[in-house]
Amino acid sequence: MSLPSFDLLARGLWETVVMTGVSGFFSLVFGLPLGLVLVTTDRGGIFEATTVNRFLGAIVNALRSLPFIILLVAVIPLTRLIVGSAIGIAAAIVPLTIAAIPYFARIAEVSLREVPQGLIDAARAMGASRWTIIRDVLVPESLPSLVSGFTVTLVTLVGASAMAGAVGAGGLGDIAIRYGYQRFETGTMLAVVAILILLVSLLQWAGDAVARRIDHR
Amino acid sequence: MSATENGHSDMDEAAVVALTGVSRRFGDHPALDDISLSLHRGEILGLIGRSGAGKSTLIRCLNGLEKPDTGRVEIDGQDITPLSEQALQPVRRRIGMIFQHFNLLSSKTIADNVALPLKIAGQPEARRRARVMELLDLVGLADKAGAYPAQLSGGQKQRVGIARALAPDPLLLLSDEATSALDPETTHSILDLLRSVNRELGLTILMITHEIEVVRQIASRVVVLDQGRIVEEGPVARVLATPRSETTRSLVRSLSPMLPDTIAAQITPTGAQALLRLDVFGAQARQPFLSQISDLTGRPAHLVHGGLSDVQGEPFGRLFIALGTADPASVAKVVAAMTPLSAGVEVLGNVPSQL
Repeated sequence: MSLPSFDLLARGLWETVVMTGVSGFFSLVFGLPLGLVLVTTDRGGIFEATTVNRFLGAIVNALRSLPFIILLVAVIPLTRLIVGSAIGIAAAIVPLTIAAIPYFARIAEVSLREVPQGLIDAARAMGASRWTIIRDVLVPESLPSLVSGFTVTLVTLVGASAMAGAVGAGGLGDIAIRYGYQRFETGTMLAVVAILILLVSLLQWAGDAVARRIDHR
Repeated sequence: MSATENGHSDMDEAAVVALTGVSRRFGDHPALDDISLSLHRGEILGLIGRSGAGKSTLIRCLNGLEKPDTGRVEIDGQDITPLSEQALQPVRRRIGMIFQHFNLLSSKTIADNVALPLKIAGQPEARRRARVMELLDLVGLADKAGAYPAQLSGGQKQRVGIARALAPDPLLLLSDEATSALDPETTHSILDLLRSVNRELGLTILMITHEIEVVRQIASRVVVLDQGRIVEEGPVARVLATPRSETTRSLVRSLSPMLPDTIAAQITPTGAQALLRLDVFGAQARQPFLSQISDLTGRPAHLVHGGLSDVQGEPFGRLFIALGTADPASVAKVVAAMTPLSAGVEVLGNVPSQL
């Protein structure tokens, strides 16, 4: 059993962190507003627009129903258009982001729906504008739950980024396949598994700590 | 809005709220059926009814959280029914509201909760802070400014709710079952607070409740709602003492003492003495009933059970009196004499001489 190269693993970890971080960032920036739109345009919502709601809901469902490995190859033309190549970390970030946005939007939607209607009524009764309701009620009241949901999204992205490795994106998944599986380097395989477990545990611990800290319920 | 149509404002200068012919249906179910009522400046109006009577729908019509199908809802002379959500916002900023479940924001401190309506009104931070401390002082929670709602008791949360509702110096305070989630002692202290706010700030208050006890303690006028209709309306003392509708009678029943079961079980047609129920109210309640009855019958009359409570400073209650005789002529004489002196007389039957 040959010892895995430290440099190789360090680079793989870095690539995984970059893919997870960048696509996670985009899932937050686009997924949270999408979640807000899904909640507020629904029947009885503060921006009730059921046609818009059904249309967006259908798009989110369509993207969510594609297995990631299929999405990965299906969006290759789009990826080429955006980053100029279908191979590499930057190329992997495109499908990862496309998968993560509807994923986090649904999770955020669930969190936002947990805010009691009474709080929204109270804010409306105070004469709050709809933007104030979003800024001062919906988002802060669901923040602990949103943080937990974002943590789940990041952990899912770590897993998905390993799949992206299979099409030449790099990262820990790529190393596990090429060295651990194809070259029978069991040591490398075990090291990658250990690093992934540590990475996910760290993310979960940090997410839980933040959620606990901001929860005053 | 023509002046001739606008009958309420012409007739009733002091009306803070005027509802005219307000109806609201949910599917086939009429939640509100042709409601007309007004609130005068500085009064506490109690709106009572069982759950499902339409109370919450009515109160939500007053700040546009609910829109009536027909009718006018005038706030300080302005009909708010045609207003859009955005146009309603400035109207709502003049109406405070408190809720059964308090509806405080768990993510904000007490001070920030109270400051929210001021922030919505666009007040600068420094002025907000000063006003918040003033309000927390008023409700006795100045030391809790930095705490979160989860750290407070139910009564304290409602005090914060009241401080928040008072923050923008409202024209009107709506209370939607504000004491229904509280124990009797806390209810009492919250009602005291609302009463002092009413007196000191001259604030008009609409109290929605299903508890007649709340109406008795705080309201000056009461409206009784049943199945979306107003079935009775009047000064609290009058309505409680001489309820005219069946709904009111059943709501009021819990206020008056009931004959204990041990005594009720002894009522027979053949007992040695008649048992009388006497409902009393106002100045007449302070008469020497027992000696008056004794003078009529020539026998000692006994107070078997009963009690008085206070309604707007007036005594109000029910007495059960054993007459000491079952002689029909004497009993008839007593009933005839008591009828003009009381709010209600009833011969319940006869009971043994030794109870």
